[in-house]
Order: sequence, then C-alpha cells, then structure tokens
Amino acid sequence: MTSNLQINALENEAIYIMREVAAQFEKPVLLFSGGKDSITLVRLAQKAFYPAKIPFPLMHIDTGHNFPETIEFRDRLVEELGVELIVRHVQDTIDQGKVQEETGRYSSRNTLQTTTLLDAIEEFKFDACIGGARRDEEKARAKERIFSVRDDFGQWDEKNQRPELFDMLNGQIHLGQNVRVFPISNWTELDVWTYIEKEDLEIPSIYFAHKRKIFVRDGLIWSSSEFVYKDEEEEVEERMVRFRTVGDMSCTAAVDSYATTISEVVAEIRDSSISERGARIDDKRSEAAMEKRKQQGYF
Amino acid sequence: MEVLKIATAGSVDDGKSTLIGRLLYDTKSLTTDKLEAIEKSSKQKGYDYLDFSLATDGLVAEREQGITIDVAHIYFSTATRSYIIADTPGHVEYTRNMVTGASTSQAAIILIDARHGVIEQTYRHFFINNLLRIKDVIVAINKMDLVDFSEEIYNKIKADFKALVAKSDYEDQNITFIPVSALTGDNVVNQSEIMNWYTGKTLLEHLEELDTQDVYNKGVMRFPVQYVVRPKTTDFHDFRGYAGKVYGGDINVGDEVVVLPSLTKTKVKEIYFNNKKYASATRRSSITVTLENDVNVSRGDMIVKANELPKVEKQFNATISWMDNKPLSNGSKYVLQHGAHKVLAKVSNIHHKIETDFSGVVNDIATLNMNDIASVSFLLNKPIFFDAFKNNRTNGSFILIDPQTNNTAGVGFIN
Repeated sequence: MTSNLQINALENEAIYIMREVAAQFEKPVLLFSGGKDSITLVRLAQKAFYPAKIPFPLMHIDTGHNFPETIEFRDRLVEELGVELIVRHVQDTIDQGKVQEETGRYSSRNTLQTTTLLDAIEEFKFDACIGGARRDEEKARAKERIFSVRDDFGQWDEKNQRPELFDMLNGQIHLGQNVRVFPISNWTELDVWTYIEKEDLEIPSIYFAHKRKIFVRDGLIWSSSEFVYKDEEEEVEERMVRFRTVGDMSCTAAVDSYATTISEVVAEIRDSSISERGARIDDKRSEAAMEKRKQQGYF
Repeated sequence: MEVLKIATAGSVDDGKSTLIGRLLYDTKSLTTDKLEAIEKSSKQKGYDYLDFSLATDGLVAEREQGITIDVAHIYFSTATRSYIIADTPGHVEYTRNMVTGASTSQAAIILIDARHGVIEQTYRHFFINNLLRIKDVIVAINKMDLVDFSEEIYNKIKADFKALVAKSDYEDQNITFIPVSALTGDNVVNQSEIMNWYTGKTLLEHLEELDTQDVYNKGVMRFPVQYVVRPKTTDFHDFRGYAGKVYGGDINVGDEVVVLPSLTKTKVKEIYFNNKKYASATRRSSITVTLENDVNVSRGDMIVKANELPKVEKQFNATISWMDNKPLSNGSKYVLQHGAHKVLAKVSNIHHKIETDFSGVVNDIATLNMNDIASVSFLLNKPIFFDAFKNNRTNGSFILIDPQTNNTAGVGFIN
C-alpha cells in the first residue's frame, strides 16, 4: 500500500465503462463466447467491482458447432468466478422453426445466432448486453458507439447514432430497446493479447498451435469436422495450426503457427501481416457483410 | 503502452482519408488482406494508384458517395505508443460530428489543400478545436506535390492561418505547421527529400512527442462517484467503496476531502485498484476509494479535496453545441448529464448564436438548430458541482438528453 498506482489507459477506460453499465441499467448481461475478447471482458468486470462479485450474469449463445475445448474452458471459468451462466442454443431456435439451417459449401450457423440472441434478450428482459467487439476488427465496427442503442427488433440504425462526448455515456432508453456495450472498443488485437499475457489469463487451448485435421479452401485453412461442409475432392491433411478468433467451427479459419505459449503468440501477432478477421469466413461474404449483419441485430 | 487520441478535420477532397491511409501504410499498420482489399477496390474503380480512403470509409453509403459521414475510429501503433484517430467529416452540416470527435481527443490535425489555402471550412475546423480546448493543433498543409512543393505557398498559408489564430482566446494552444503530401508520403512518416527547405519534424515525429495525458487536463482533483461497491460478503461485510475515475489531479490516502452535495468532511482511508491497495492514484485512474467516516455517498456525488471546492450552483451560462433534429428553444426542458450526475435543466435564456467562422454573434435567437453553437443560460432543479470548461474539460462539460426521445441532443461547455 506504499506504492503509487501505475495505470494502463485502455484498461481504466474499460473499467469505467463496466461501472457505467452496472449503474445505468437494471438488467445487464455479459455476452460470453469463451473467446479471448470475452475472457478479457470478464477480467475487466472482476477488477471493476472488486471486492464485490460481478453484478451481472454471463450469457453464451451456443451454436452447437463450438470447438469442444471452448465449452470445457467456459464451464471451468464460470465455476471459479461464482457467477451465473445462461446458455441459449441455436439448435432450439432451429427446432422451433424460427430459422432455417443453411446448406451448401459455405453453410454456417453464425448468422443464425442473431435470432437466438434476440429471443434471449426478450426472455430475460436484458436492457444492456456487454460484448467484446472492437473497432479495429472491421470497418463497420469502426463506426460503433460504446453504448449502441438497438430498437425493439435488435436493429442497429447506423446513420442515426447518438453522439458520444468526452466520456459521458447516455444509457437512457425506452422500454423494449436495449443497449449493446463495447468496453474494449478502443483496443486492438495486440492490446488484447498483451493484456492476456500481463494478467496471465487462461485461454482455450485452440489459441495455441496444435496438430489438427484441416483442409484448404479459397486459401483459408478450414477445420475438418462433422459441422463443416466439405467437398469430396477437398483433401484433408494434418498441420500445426492455431486459431486467432473463436467463432463457430464453420466460420473460423485457422492459421499456420508454431506458437505454443502466450509470449510466442504475442510475437506472432506483432509480426503478422494478416488481420484477425482475415481468417473469418463470415466477413468474406461481401464488402458490407458485417454492416448488414449488424443492422439485423448481430453484435 | 500510452495512447494518443487525435481528431482529424478537413474539407471534402482535402485528402484526409489519404493522409490517414498513408500513416497506416508507412507505419506498416495495414495488413496484407486489408491492402489486397484496397488494391482490389482501387482497380475496380479504375484508379492507377492505391485509394487509401477505402481503408477508412466504413459504411456502405460512404463508399457509394465517396465521403465520410460519421466519426470513424482508426488504430495504428508505433514502437512507443498507440494512436486512435477520430476521423470526422468536414462539411458545414457535420459540426456535430467534429465536436464529438474532438471531445475525446488531445490533439487535432487540420488539413488544408495547398492549392486552395485557408478557406471558410478551415475557420470552422479551427473554431471547433478552439471551443473544445484541444491543446495541440497540427496544421497539415497537404497536396504540396500539386503546388511544386513551393515554400512560398506554404509560407503564405501559414501567415493566413496565423491571422486566424490571432482571433482566438486560447493562448496556451500549441499550433504546428507541417507541409505534406499524403499521396507521395512527403513529411507524413518519412522526411521529404524534395522539401528540404522545411527543417521541422514530420507529422509522425511530431505526434510521437505529444503528451498523452492531456486529454483530462491537469488542475484540481475531481472524483465523481460512479458506483457504490457493497460486497456484503463475510470477508467484506461492512465494506463500502466508492468507484469512479480520477480527473484533474492526484488522490492520496489521508487526503482531507469533502463529499458534495452533503459537504461532509472526511479523509481518504484506502485506494483500491482491483484487489490491491495503493497510496495514491493519478488522473485517469479507475479506482475504488473508502472513506474514514461512515458518510452517505451515492452515484452522482463528488469527492474533492477540502481546500479545492468547485462551484456548486443551480444556474449557469454555457456555450452549447446543438446536435438534435428537434430544435432547442427558450423554456425547453432536458435531462442534464454532468459526469455521473443527472439533473433536470430548463433553458432560461438563449443569449446569442456564435458564428463558427469567427465572424461574431447573432442576437435575438428564438431557437437553435442542429449544428448551431450558442451561448445559453440554464436553470437546474438541483445544483451541480462544476468548474469552468477552460479549467477542467471533464468537470466543465455536460450533455443534454431529450426526455422524450432519450437522444443526446447537445453538449455544453460551462463558462
């Protein structure tokens, strides 16, 4: 207690945002995918409210096509934190006939999650959903606010966003609306990794290099799995790879890597010449793919 | 790593997006896939050069019209610091976006097209940087390649801009002139070989040396309470911590403090950051403090040092920037958010509108429309604890929320 606090500007900004959420909303929730960004969010939430517990639950929208390593990891983390975990399944949304499974070569459950998410928001009457999206990820996300208002249909009206001045966040909404909150808006991929390294945070094993059965399509490395459509002529091979993002198996491509520790991963990102979302198959659909999904309620 | 936030402003076709693209490219911040996307798009449009603006104009409507219509955030880093650029459009009607971008920045780049020199838009950009008390303004005189890299033209523009600076009342503002060509890269990251008459720093060299902490300017300490932490666990049964961000100065264990509005005197007992205790914390720290005495503190209250009281008043005058489609008029009521404190506010008088081209004021104004800047008096239902904006950017500013739409309708800077 003799020392003076040295601060990390981005961490302090994120903690400030977490506290604004807890203070301004009645039913916030933290959207947790088990990926590195949401793991970072959980850490920031812990710091924001210490010595109290995180004052909101975590929610995972489960596509059913997850990497099994991520789910094991998720359950362990939640037990350690002693917070409530809500899981809602895309499979249930499909079974209810609300959405239809995509078919064909590029089929994925990634866009289907939106309906499951919106249903869950309505079910629990969540008024704020904290997400790990970052502005540097993608150009439509570069326009995103920290408190981003969604209407009754979960839609993002990108041309009519509230201005955000200084660090004042306006969380006033009408009944039925909700706010998506992005505390690590201003972080880059490298910021997240250096934070994970500094805080010594545990992350799912798929972020580290491992041997995996893969096939190459359109220059991207796809995981060979029952959930991923594959043509007969597409050849499966074994390679040392790791994942830079943890989406669903059908929309996340791997990268060649021998990085088996956090510091090796950080070094690799520093030197990397491919952006993180360059390995997201869902973004390659069109130049405006992300913007379109966001308008529909994607986070 | 430290973070420097910069706002950029320029008129249509000043080459603002190209300049940002050039910064990204020359600092090797553009990844292969992003470069490929730019190459692909440039080729499709039939350009024989790389159109860097495609890297920054995020929305479909912008790509269609080739203009920037909202604040976009762009990130790049060097070995020593991270940069966040708030890229704002430069049209007259987008004052609102420029004010927004400038509010989170500690430095601003104003672009001038060397062929056109100081134009009305330049006046407006400088006015907003002034109004927002941006400490460091960089005037980048761009497209020098199109005026034969002429020192004479550069000096003429510099002199014209200095005439503008003379009209400003912000004396401590640092203004730096740099002749650049975003297209060819001269003086952006790398020193120009052609403009050897310019001996100053390149744009990036200059940015590398700016103070990253100035966004919350130095002054007296303000600690607005955001959230009360009450764990109610066995280990922390009676713990009552006040979470918030420190502005202006340092806070130390043992400091004699006053809690507003109750005016209760007490001392800082502990300073927590996560699970560790510290002896002191500097401005920008998001901490939790405990107090010696059992006082009643809630969100919206403010902890200040005993000998540094802010103004505590229900009436004040402010310069406001109006941002809503619905006009502001005399007698209108709003929710006023001042940091973590919300009160009700009534417009008691619109004194005059302020022209953003330094041409003076317009009296007898009944309503304010979007993008107007004006001097307005307010009456509140409860007092707020504030400083003049020029002394404390955060404790001297507030937003106005329309109670019907919940939109952020305007921002104010207290005089």
